[in-house]
Amino acid sequence: MSDIKTALQHRILVLDGAMGTMLQRYNFSEEDFRGERFKEYPSSVKGNNDLLSLTQPQAIADVHRKYFEAGADIVETNTFSGTTIAMADYDMEDLVYELNYESAKIAKQVAEEFTKVNPDKPRFVAGSIGPTNKTASLSPDVNKPEFRAITFDELRVAYKQQVEALIDGGVDVLLVETIFDTLNAKAALFAIEEVKEERHIDIPIMVSGTITDASGRTLSGQTVEAFLLSISHIPLLSVGFNCALGADQLQPYLQRLSNETEFYTSAHPNAGLPNAFGEYEQTADQMTVLIEDYLKDGLVNIIGGCCGTTPEHIKKIADTAKNYQPRRIEVII
Amino acid sequence: MSKTTKYLSLSGLEPLIVTPESNFINVGERTNVTGSRKFLRLIKDENYSEALDVARDQVEGGAQIIDVNMDEGMLDGVYAMTKFLNLIASEPDIAKLPIMIDSSKWEIIEAGLKVVQGKSVVNSISLKEGEETFIKQAKLVKRYGAAVIVMAFDEDGQADTFERRIEICKRSYDILVDTVKFPAQDIIFDPNIFPVATGMDEHRLNALDFFRATKWIREHLPYANVSGGVSNVSFSFRGNNVVREAINSAFLYHAIQHGMNMGIVNPTMLEIYDEIPKDLLEHVEDVLFDRREDATERLLDFAETVKGDKKEDVAKVLEWRNDALQDRITHALVRGIETFIIEDVEEARQQTKRPIEVIEGHLMIGMSVVGDLFGSGKMFLPQVVKSARVMKKAVAYLQPFIEAEKDGKQSFAGRVLMATVKGDVHDIGKNIVSVVLGCNNYEIIDLGVMVPPEKIIETAIRENVDIIGLSGLITPSLDEMVYVSKEMEKRNINIPLIIGGATTSRAHSAVKIAPNYGHTVVHVNDASRAVTVVGNLLQKDNRVYKEQIREEYEKFREQFLKRGKQKNFVTIEEARKRKFKIDWNTAEIVKPNQLGVQIIEDFELKKLEDFIDWSPFFRSWDLHGKYPDILTDEVVGEQATELFADAKALLKKVLDEKLLKAKAIFGLYPANTINDDDIEIYDASGKAQVTFLTLRQQLEKREGLPNFALSDFIAPKDSGKQDYVGCFCVSTGFGTAELAAQFEKDLDDYNSIMIKALADRLAEAFAEYLHKKVRTQHWGYDSDENLSNDDLIKESYKGIRPAPGYPACPDHLEKKTIWKLLQVKENIGVEITDSLAMWPAASVSGYYFGNKEAKYFGLGKITLDQLKDYAKRRGISNEEAEKWLNPNLAD
Repeated sequence: MSDIKTALQHRILVLDGAMGTMLQRYNFSEEDFRGERFKEYPSSVKGNNDLLSLTQPQAIADVHRKYFEAGADIVETNTFSGTTIAMADYDMEDLVYELNYESAKIAKQVAEEFTKVNPDKPRFVAGSIGPTNKTASLSPDVNKPEFRAITFDELRVAYKQQVEALIDGGVDVLLVETIFDTLNAKAALFAIEEVKEERHIDIPIMVSGTITDASGRTLSGQTVEAFLLSISHIPLLSVGFNCALGADQLQPYLQRLSNETEFYTSAHPNAGLPNAFGEYEQTADQMTVLIEDYLKDGLVNIIGGCCGTTPEHIKKIADTAKNYQPRRIEVII
Repeated sequence: MSKTTKYLSLSGLEPLIVTPESNFINVGERTNVTGSRKFLRLIKDENYSEALDVARDQVEGGAQIIDVNMDEGMLDGVYAMTKFLNLIASEPDIAKLPIMIDSSKWEIIEAGLKVVQGKSVVNSISLKEGEETFIKQAKLVKRYGAAVIVMAFDEDGQADTFERRIEICKRSYDILVDTVKFPAQDIIFDPNIFPVATGMDEHRLNALDFFRATKWIREHLPYANVSGGVSNVSFSFRGNNVVREAINSAFLYHAIQHGMNMGIVNPTMLEIYDEIPKDLLEHVEDVLFDRREDATERLLDFAETVKGDKKEDVAKVLEWRNDALQDRITHALVRGIETFIIEDVEEARQQTKRPIEVIEGHLMIGMSVVGDLFGSGKMFLPQVVKSARVMKKAVAYLQPFIEAEKDGKQSFAGRVLMATVKGDVHDIGKNIVSVVLGCNNYEIIDLGVMVPPEKIIETAIRENVDIIGLSGLITPSLDEMVYVSKEMEKRNINIPLIIGGATTSRAHSAVKIAPNYGHTVVHVNDASRAVTVVGNLLQKDNRVYKEQIREEYEKFREQFLKRGKQKNFVTIEEARKRKFKIDWNTAEIVKPNQLGVQIIEDFELKKLEDFIDWSPFFRSWDLHGKYPDILTDEVVGEQATELFADAKALLKKVLDEKLLKAKAIFGLYPANTINDDDIEIYDASGKAQVTFLTLRQQLEKREGLPNFALSDFIAPKDSGKQDYVGCFCVSTGFGTAELAAQFEKDLDDYNSIMIKALADRLAEAFAEYLHKKVRTQHWGYDSDENLSNDDLIKESYKGIRPAPGYPACPDHLEKKTIWKLLQVKENIGVEITDSLAMWPAASVSGYYFGNKEAKYFGLGKITLDQLKDYAKRRGISNEEAEKWLNPNLAD
């Protein structure tokens, strides 16, 4: 199998678009979410998208397939909430290993189908590692600023389990994404380093933070540069931003990131900002015009989409990205 | 495109990159229990609030890194380090800087590393306990993502000569870079700064060896940095600050020249190098560079002559304390500084009549600055939360004063349930709103995040809350809120719902939430607005406010849908197919007790007194609020009370002296709908008299929702059922113009306006009164109705009395038909002008529909096909029809 690092030297790689947006189209009911296996499950599981890897694997595979067909080089596993911390909402902590393992296998299988057909364009699977629903450096209680709902060690243990399962399932890359709180990401990176050391393996790591609003900072208050410095102690394949903003709002931050890092850069913005009903309205054409500005300025090595993006978006983006050179990196002497 | 050199780079909320141009990185040292007795005491006493002030002072004093040390035998170092760093994380003006985690105990260092999100500095590790420990710790430091200070210390002890220093540093460097793969630029050596001029021979080279070692490190260990604790060098001159400062300053100057690029320095213990007196400087430098055999003695002698403390210039940091009171309070809120807030609030309290005014004035002014800064991206979330905390502290201080007031507000102003909806974990905004509401004396029941609808509803019922606040940040929360509102409706909850959170909007609340819920739904986009909204909702008589909100949202919804749907209209034919259908086979039709025209002359106005809706009266005077609460309103209450007294006096005069005349006419007729949209009126013999033309909604609606016309409420002719309709005109305006003119003549504009306003109220009251009489007697379809005035205002009765010119029938021309049918002008003297306004102005006219399914609606926009059809039915040109219906014509 061709190496993702080799591919990155030659071209801009395209990441897939939103999984959630695509799954919404299926309109799965509570019963669909449960499938046969969780028919008698005591609590509601609707909305637990990660669970669909077990109960509706065909749908997950189909979404991956659509993104590969659209021209994506990398798809993300359906494991955004695949930690004991996030799964606690559904009392499904025990399923974490299986969810990640199966999700990785589904994606890997589809990737291999595509690589087989066209070996010149190898397809990769990125194990999606989400931020969990708790923050390690912010207190949920205004009156107790020293309080933390989750600790570094709890995060580290949870992430480690997810990472091991994703690797066992065959992912090519690990993607620590949608980082609201850098300390959470640092715990994930810590866990990954532990796994790498224990197993004597190396696996590329992508890191993607989230700039939450016009303040230009992460939710936990860091600037672009501070965020970058806080996660650059680990050798990364790429660093970038995703979610929260549309491609145009994200551009200045991406520019700053690109100026400052020697890693490859990635971006998977949302399809614009949501309208009043939480819907993303930016069309594939509209979004691609904005993305093309990144490409013209040589800001990215990996480009994809987050909330609201669909295979149509990715196809358009992939078709456009073909015409541009990847961002160049000057290695520090 | 990217960086090409390796510099030590650190971060807090903001980056710190140590380049050659950075000159010297100043590490704040006061948050160190081993170096500051004051800080130790604060930590021991668990006075973390003041301990944070120490850190903040360092920042304001120019520190670029904050050193934190909790190494004290009596302290639980892990606990103290964790707690203090967590607290710093919530102080953005401190947390912007990188942290130096300073301890000789590894477990304390590791505890610190687990709670800082930025790239910090570990201070320190060394070869003291051998290579194994050194490597293990260095690996972990790297994995946690921190830089490291390496002491020149090994198994044999601390390096105290030039040779030992470079030997240990070289060995450490090689292990770190080669074995641990530690980034060289993240290594900072501390080659030990020892006191000079101690009088001991072996210390004579202390400064010089440090300088030389520093230079060597910078030249031989690529990218590595050098740091040190500067004050130590002048240790032997404790008590003589002039000399100490000179030594510190001269040492620092030369250390920097030799390559030290970071250091722990107390800026208040530092003279400016150029300002050190020449002679003193010479003596000091003789010591530092060991230039003379007798350097130490000479300096000691000289020191005796320059004793005497300088005034310390700490005032600068606290300059803002000299500002005006409001500025100080605002500053404290914006910066989240708690230290002086109590004294400032106390000062404000003494200046105001009532303690609550400090909250509503000083503090809210400050909070609105916070809101503005936040809104414009100049403040970010943690800062705002901190501001709220200062606010809370201030309010807590004021609370006893507020409660001690005679009209004591001991009890809470209301109980508000707050929850972030199921599926969402974001609660910062919700917390801000909670805090701010709490500041405003509301009791908050905060259910936290991910709250399922059942829990919200059950808690709301059990705790008997006054308001439910739902919050959410992510987009799926929007749907969840819709769901919650539906569930609340199902459970017959009647608690006002306030909606907030980043993705929520007035549009969504109005369009998606409000229609599901029979009670009030208000979107609140910021905390300060939340206070107003909650205040209005919790007034004793909140009916008008609620109605205003509902009206506003309905209007907004209508506008929004029109805009959103971009002129999606159905043809008039299609709209007629989608008419509101009443099953006429089963519908109850009541034949009026008295058909035909009734005239009421010289009506006894006193009967109307109880039917007056006073709130619009105050609104007409630009006093906003609900009657009767408006009379005790804090802001306008006094004025409202005065106005009301004047109104009552004039009303009494009007009633007693019968200064106004009230007349009314109404008719009840057999009627049937013909051709879908027209209502044919018959006389007793069944002969058609006139035809009321109604207009039909054409906006495309969701499947299953009807396109209304008033004619839908009357049985169609082909149903074979005889139905009935009524129309009326009332006026209380006779005499108004004369009275007003009289007042004006007396230069009494006040009463001139007053009489008109009163006449208007009386006319509305008369219409209400007459409608009731018609429902219960003349028509009699609702003979056992027993509704209060409030119910009447809320239009709780059966049947409707829509008026031409109002939303259900915007066609003013219909007045002509009514006038013709009832002979209004001839019978009671109310005229219609060319533009179809009624005269006297204090008049109301309209129809009566008695069917219990009849309801008020807004016509909305219609399209050209209906306009043409209408023109034909009305027998006028398209142009004339367009003139009258223009406001309702879709573009």
